[in-house]
Formats: sequence, structure tokens, C-alpha cells
Amino acid sequence: MSEAMLDYDEVIAKYEPTLGLEVHVELNTNSKMFCGCATVFGAEPNTQVCPVCLGMPGSLPFVNERAIESTILIGLALNCEIATWCRFARKNYFYPDMPKNFQISQYDEPICFNGYLDVEVETDDGMRTFRVEIERVHMEEDTGKSLHMGGATGRIHGADYSLLDYNRAGIPLVEIVTKMVPGTEKYAPLVAKAYVAELRDILRSLGVSDVKMEQGSLRCDANVSLSPRGSGVLGTRSETKNVNSLRSVERAIRSEMQRHAARLDDGLKVVQETRHFHEDSGITTSGRSKETAEDYRYFPEPDLVPIAPDPAWVEELRATLPERPSVVRARLQKEWNIADKEMASMVNAGVLAVVMETVALGADSTKARSWWVGEIARQANERGVEVIDVGVTPADVARIVELVAMGELTDKLARQVVDGVIAGEGRPDDVVATRGLKVVSDDGALLLAIATAIASDAAAAEKVRGGNLNAAGALIGLVMKATQGQADAAKVRELLLKELGQ
Amino acid sequence: MISRDDVAHLAQLARIELEASEIDHLAGQLEVILGAVARVQEVAGADVAPTSHPLPLKNVFRPDVIRPSLTPEEALSGAPASEEQRFRVPQILGEE
Amino acid sequence: MITQNASEMAAAVAAGEITSEALTQAHLSRIAEVDEKVHAFLHVDAEGALAQARAVDVARAKGEKLSPLAGVPLALKDVMVQKGVPTTCGSKILEGWRPPYDATVVTKLKNAGVVILGKTNMDEFAMGSSTENSAYGPTHNPWDLTRIPGGSGGGSSASLAAFEAPLAIGTDTGGSIRQPAAVTGTVGVKPTYGGVSRYGLVAFSSSLDQAGPCARTVLDAALLHEIIGGHDIYDSTSIDAPVPPVVTAAKMRNVKGLRIGVVRELGGEGYQAGVLQRFNESVEVLRGLGAEIIEVSCPHFEYALPAYYLIAPSECSSNLARFDAMRFGLRVGDDRARSAEEVMNLTREAGFGPEVKRRIILGTYALSSGYYDAYYGSAQKVRTLIINDFNAAFAQVDVLISPTSPTTAFKIGEKADDPLAMYLNDIATIPVNLAGNCAMSIPCGLAPEDGLPVGLQIIAPAMADDRLYRVGGALEAAFNEAWGGPLMNKAPSLTGGVR
Repeated sequence: MSEAMLDYDEVIAKYEPTLGLEVHVELNTNSKMFCGCATVFGAEPNTQVCPVCLGMPGSLPFVNERAIESTILIGLALNCEIATWCRFARKNYFYPDMPKNFQISQYDEPICFNGYLDVEVETDDGMRTFRVEIERVHMEEDTGKSLHMGGATGRIHGADYSLLDYNRAGIPLVEIVTKMVPGTEKYAPLVAKAYVAELRDILRSLGVSDVKMEQGSLRCDANVSLSPRGSGVLGTRSETKNVNSLRSVERAIRSEMQRHAARLDDGLKVVQETRHFHEDSGITTSGRSKETAEDYRYFPEPDLVPIAPDPAWVEELRATLPERPSVVRARLQKEWNIADKEMASMVNAGVLAVVMETVALGADSTKARSWWVGEIARQANERGVEVIDVGVTPADVARIVELVAMGELTDKLARQVVDGVIAGEGRPDDVVATRGLKVVSDDGALLLAIATAIASDAAAAEKVRGGNLNAAGALIGLVMKATQGQADAAKVRELLLKELGQ
Repeated sequence: MISRDDVAHLAQLARIELEASEIDHLAGQLEVILGAVARVQEVAGADVAPTSHPLPLKNVFRPDVIRPSLTPEEALSGAPASEEQRFRVPQILGEE
Repeated sequence: MITQNASEMAAAVAAGEITSEALTQAHLSRIAEVDEKVHAFLHVDAEGALAQARAVDVARAKGEKLSPLAGVPLALKDVMVQKGVPTTCGSKILEGWRPPYDATVVTKLKNAGVVILGKTNMDEFAMGSSTENSAYGPTHNPWDLTRIPGGSGGGSSASLAAFEAPLAIGTDTGGSIRQPAAVTGTVGVKPTYGGVSRYGLVAFSSSLDQAGPCARTVLDAALLHEIIGGHDIYDSTSIDAPVPPVVTAAKMRNVKGLRIGVVRELGGEGYQAGVLQRFNESVEVLRGLGAEIIEVSCPHFEYALPAYYLIAPSECSSNLARFDAMRFGLRVGDDRARSAEEVMNLTREAGFGPEVKRRIILGTYALSSGYYDAYYGSAQKVRTLIINDFNAAFAQVDVLISPTSPTTAFKIGEKADDPLAMYLNDIATIPVNLAGNCAMSIPCGLAPEDGLPVGLQIIAPAMADDRLYRVGGALEAAFNEAWGGPLMNKAPSLTGGVR
């Protein structure tokens, strides 16, 4: 069943990869692309639908201005040219989740084109910048969602019937397509991941999308092909869909490279096809192969008039662009006085933006960084979600750092607070209150615990009295145990030593 | 020019389950019609710009404001079948 | 009462001489009496119409200001959605569908107190020139029940000629308002593209479709035009400008000094002798009224028909994709074993008639990769050439005229399954749809050889719809004087006796 994979080092020894990435971003407009229906995620089925987004006979689309504005902003942030005149086009194909059986999209006249995005990847020789060229950024509309009923639950094959909810149909989508990216060598998976991460940071900084991969507001299709080293012949590419996390982007590309190489080594051809990535196994499987190439019969959408963005408007938008994330990074690295490696680890973990926000809320940068890169990243990893989606906000972290600084929490207690926040028990102060996690600083209670400890391990106490301070550890341990870890260890030590005449 | 196979392929693209007799009939008619309409090529020189929209309008937008949706009952009122406030359709064969 | 003009009816209602309810009931009775023969209506909404009529009567009793056509009944082409009222577009695939919303035109009619009697028959999805392509059987021409009433809006034009309604709404993609008007002796206007909202008009060919007024007089058409016209944010192709002063123009009755162009390419070979005769007489009438007659040439008009039969099918192949048995309308073959795709295929096979399938297949071909440039692309270029022809012509003249249709009404069944012969009916009307400007058809007499109505087409530049009414109003007045009354006085009574 599962296909042969070549060892990655061997892949690189024999082949050169070429990448291509298509990212779909749902914009966070209030209303849909072509009608006034709301776009709230998770609403009851078919409560955000109207004749337009249901494709009812007689209905006509009308364009959301903010969607155009957001798309131009994205184009500008990706160093694109902005079209002076362009049109929507109909992409014709039948699918039940697409109410009109055509998608309003753009074809040969995208609103933004010819851009690039520089991404940084940590290589054997330190940080290196790879330029990913952008072919086009265009607007389109999202489809509805189907539930497959009967048969194997939730799976399309073997389902008896399907249930359709069109709340998502017509939500504005922006498709960002790269040109082919050669020369990434063994870093191809990392470059792909860094590109998506950087793109996500940019989109977030623009405020145009929620960019939540697990909710599907950012979706990535990753293409890769291999050519025999030095041949100069571009290989056949496969397109992997369903890549729903940064980590999966990297894994999917790596897995496809290994699969392609194994086929090529065996003298087999790589089939140009759609592959599906499986988060659990980390491999891709073949999608339904299409007997004939799709013929989408694109033509200019007659129900919508051309878009000719006023150059003055474009310049106004350009002036509102936030600082580019790469510039922000360079500045922060200097401000926070950290090494390339530390910066890279933050970027890799996808936490830079939240660290920045945490610092902006008053937290010490080192503390903020260590929480996000350490404990929270670990918890996210355990749960298989992105750090920013684990349920902890920058405000939470800032508050936790503050509580520790005030001596109200120990590091150990603070980790329990993080657990509580992730478990949905509320904000840090709520968790402290409900779990009773306040540091025991009441000297009376501590002295009692210390007295009990001295009584129960008289030998250790004697050693300490005799000047062997190392022996204090055992006693401190007993006190901490007795207070269920809610005492400040430094304070216990201080009181204990005083008690024992040291 | 237009073969039976062509018509069958077009019918498949257009999602119409044409009967064999219809395919034969249509192939003949399309041949004649296409012969007549192909005349447009006589004057469609490279120097002529195409017109997709009869009036030269541009930049027609609406503000990003939410307008009332249909109720789910209205939305589903014409559905051949529905269940759990969703449109119920036959099994979808497609990608997974 | 039912033979009056809409403007007269409205005046009677406003003056309290008759209630809208009585007026509406009179029309419903007429429909009950003659529609079995004519089959203009697919659905009569007696209850809804009477309720609307009573609302107008209440408003009048309260002394509220009424719109110029308040209380007057109207027949709505079944291609316009009306909330809660069956809308089929003459197709099986929409049988039983009741839209959950109103077309903008319907909203405007309701707001103006115009009473909607019901939905009129049409060629399926407006594809045809005879109303024979309706899945619910043909409509018969009140002038001769064995003949076609034109198409696609044959139901609307026949309802006027049969005095079932004084007003009707049509839609015109290639002539579907004007040609039916011509062959039934009524008035029909295709407004400038974007002049009347398309929101709620079930699309056939989006870049060509235009809804417009149908009536028995030019003034009635103008009054209706003013009500349904104007900007609509729900239609992005709608023109953001006031409706041209059509009512004023209809009342002017003066064409002195107007430059009127006779299009050389729209006439001659292929046109019935009696049609040409009445047209030429009309030209002389206009000359007699002081208009300057100039012959103009539009050399690319001969490519209009082929371009139309590429553009319209292409757009329809996409517009009609939504009829797929998933969300509304007919569903065939859902036995819980078949897939959605199979059910779509079976439903579209069973639900669409032959002409619709023919055009969908043709359009699918014209748009498919490898053929797009040769067919759809070339047709779009012809569109540019036709616009250029019109621009050149309108540099010389204020309006253009031609016969509306090459022939009078032909026999039902005569051209069935000869698509090319059928398509020729629209040869004079199609250039206007391709260019997006406006045109009107008014009756200009009966053809001597068959005694059937002949239509004259007046064409004006985009957003100069008022010129149509100015010329139409003046000609109509001159004709009525010459004929001793409106042409419609000569129409058969349909009830055996004298009307």
C-alpha cells in the first residue's frame, strides 16, 4: 500500500528539487465576497446564506470593496505589481459544494502579479535568504462544506449521501501562487515551511485574515518536482493538498521528494496528480486521478464589471503597509540582543509575532521568549497544533510573567497556570484562583513545615548546623513536598538556614 | 468536423446524459450551426479588441456591510431533500 | 374596460371611477375566458393579484399619493422571480420552484402598486423566437391562433394582444421583447443594457439580457419603463444615472428635424414583401412629419447573428450550470445508489428541452480550450465592430429604423427543428443586444398578403431611450389618425362575438 521512499540524504545526492506553492487565504471581511451574508466561523448550518451565495436563479454577484482592498494590500506586501485593469472570470466545473457550478475567480488578468517574498532559513552555513518569486495574487470565492453520511463516517468514499452547508460559500479567498522555486537543495522543505510562515506573519500584520490553518482560513497546496542532479530537465510535479500546518508543509515536501526519488530510481515515472497529505502518517496518497485534464472554460464574468484600481488609491494603501516582518525581525534581534540561532528558533516555532505582542504588553523579552519557545511550544507540539492556536494569548503570557516577577508564582506554579489556560479554565488569574496556586509566603506556615522537616530528618539538620549547606537540599525537598510545591524554594532555603543557625 | 465523440465529450462536460439518438441528431445540427457561425473569424482580426461588457463601466463595489441572510427555512425551501438544516444530496464521488 | 390603455385605467382608478379590485377581476375573468385558447399564462396568481389590488384601493381611499400606474394589472414573464410564486422559465427543470425572493423589477412594480396577475409563457430559458420551446406547450397568437406569438416572450405579447393584461414585462436577449411585439401588433422596448436591473431575472446570456416594458401603446410602455428603470446596487452592470425622460418624450409627438437613419443592411433579401411595404410606408410617414431620412450602412451587422449564436450559448452554458438537482428544482434518478454526478446528468437530460441542450452543448464547445479564440474570442471582436458601426451611424443620425422582424407570425410547427431558420427571426434585433444600446418595436400596419401585424424597429444610442419614445409616440399618433384608431382594434375578439 505505502509507496517506497528513498533516504533523504540519497535524494539530495541524486536530485535537485523545484518547489511551487499555492496558498489560499480566507479574508476576514465582515461580509462575503459577492453578497452581504456574514462570514462568522462555526455558525449554524445555512444561516449565512442568501440567493446570491446559494446560486439561486436570477441572483447576481456584487463585489465587496474591502476584499479588493485587502487583496491589493497583500499584493503590495508581496512586492507585486498591481494591475491597472483586470476582470473576474468564471471557472466552470460541476461540484455540489459550488452553488453556481462555476467559481468566480480570476484567470489571465490577476489583480496582483510579479512579486517576491524573501524568506530566511537556517542552513549549515548560518542564516540564508531564499527569494520566492510570486507569480500572481488573485481573488476568488470559497465553496460550501459537505458532510458525508453513512458508510465509513466522514469519508467521501462509501458514503451513502452528503449534507451541504453553504455558510462558507462565497467567503472571499485570495490565492497566492509562487513561480517555480529552484535552487533550494536540501533545504526545500524548510524553505517551503519558512515561506508559509512568513506569508502568515505578513497576512497577520496586514490584518486581512485570521490565518488559522486548522480552521482552513489559510490552506496550502505544495508542489514539488525532482530533476536528476545536473540534468537541467525539470521533473514531473505532484501537487499535495490538505497541508494544514506549518510542520505539515515541511513534512509533505520531504515525503514527496523521497517518494519521487524512489520512483525515479526504479525507472518509474512520477505521475502528475493531486496527492493528499495525512497528518498522522506523514505520507501522501494519490487523489482520484482524472481521466482527462479539466477544461474549465474560463471566460470574463459578464455579471461583474472590470476593476481598474486608481493608482492614487494603491499608493494610499501602500502608505499604510506595516513594517515588513523581516525588517521587524532584524530590529528586534538587535533590541533584544539575541543570536541568529535564537531568532531562528523563534521564527521556526512561528512565535515571533506573539512574543512581540507579549513584550509590547510589558513582559521582559527574555521571559516572554522562553515561555513561547519553551513550555507553550512543547504543549502545542504535544497536541499537534500551532503554537498560536494552543489557546494561550500574549496577554496571558504577559500576566504570567508579571505574576512570577511579583513573586506570586514560582516557575513551577506558572507552568501549571499555563496548563490551566490551555485546558480552558480561563485566564491566568482565574486559574490561580480556582486551582489555588498562590505561592505560600506566609512565614508561619512555612516555619511550621520547616520545623516538621527538621524533626523528621534530624541527621540532615545536624549536618547543616555543622556547616554542610549541601545537606539543606533534602530538608527543602521535604518542605516543598509538604506545601505541595506552592512555596518559593528560595524563601524556604532562607528561613531554613536561619532556623539552623546558618 | 463535429463527431459523435465530440458531442458525447461536450455532454459530459455539460453534465447532460444525452441519449444515443440525441447525440447523433445534435452532431449533425452542430456541424451546420458551427459552419454558419464560424463566419465571425472572417473579420476578427488581431487588431480588433474584444468586447466582454457592452457598457464601459468599471469599479462597481459595495461597502463591506452585512445584509440580512435568508432564514434556513427559506434557503432550504426549494431543496429536493434536506436533513439537519442542510441540503441533502446523493453521494459525492470526488477527491478525498 | 379591458380594452383601455393602462394610462386610462390608472386614471380611472385614481379618480375613483373603478376600483383596482374590479379592474383586476375583469382581467382575471378575461384570462379565464380566453387563455385556454391563447395559453399566455403559466400561472395565474388570482389571490395575490386581488390582494395587491385591494391594497391599492385602500391606499387611494386614504388619499395616499398613487404612482402613475397604480392599480393597473400586469403580466410578468416567467423568467422573473417573484417571492412565493412559481417561477419556471418555461422549463421542467424548475417545475414547482417558488423563489424565496423578489426580482428588483418585481419589488419596483409592487412598490408602484402595479398588480401582478401571474407569470407568462416563454421559450424555455428565453431561448427561442416562437414560444414553441416552452416545456408547458406553445402560446397562440391572438391574431391567428394557429400562429406563433413570437418569442421568447410570446406569453407576454399574447396577453396584451388578447386583452388579458394592459401591461407586461418581457426580457430581450436577442429580440425577445421586440419580435413578439412586432408579430402581435403591440409595443415592446429593449432598454439600454443596464437601464433596468437584471437582479432576479433568471439569466440566459448575462451580457445581452435586458428586461423591458411591453404594452399596447407607446405612452403605457414609457410609464412602465419609468417604474422599472433605474440604478440597482444588486446589479453591478446597472447604470448609475436617472432613467431618461421617456414619458415626456412619448408625449412630444414631434419628430421635426430629427435625423432618422434607415439601415441598408436590415432589409431587402430575406424580408417578407408585406413587411418591407409597411416599413417603406412608415419611412414616408416620418418624412411627412418633418424628419430627415438618411440611409446609413452598418457593414458588420451581417456578422451579428453568428456572433450572437456564439456569445449567447457560451454564457448560457455557464449560467444554466446551476440547474443541477442539488439545491432547488427537479431531481431525477436519486435512488440512493446513484452518485450526485449521475443524478445531475439524468436531471439535466430530463429537465432541459432540445433547444436548451443544443445551446448548452454549442456554448460548451465555443468556450472549450483550443476553440475559445476561434469562436467565443472572435465573437467578442465582432461585438466591437458592431459597436463601431453603431457609433459611426449615430454620428450621422439621431435614431435608426428597420423592420423588427423579417416576417409576420409564422405557423406553429413551421420552423420546429430547423434551428438556423428559426435563428433568422432575430436578424434585425440582435445587433442592439450585442452593442448594449436600446430599441423599440411598434406596430406599423398589417401585411397585405396575410393580414398580420408588422413591426417597425427604432434604435437609439445607449442611454438615449427617450428618443425611442419620441419617434414611437409621433409615429403611433400618425398611424392612429390614418387608421382611424389603434391597430389593436382590428384584432379578433377570441370570444366569437364582437368585442
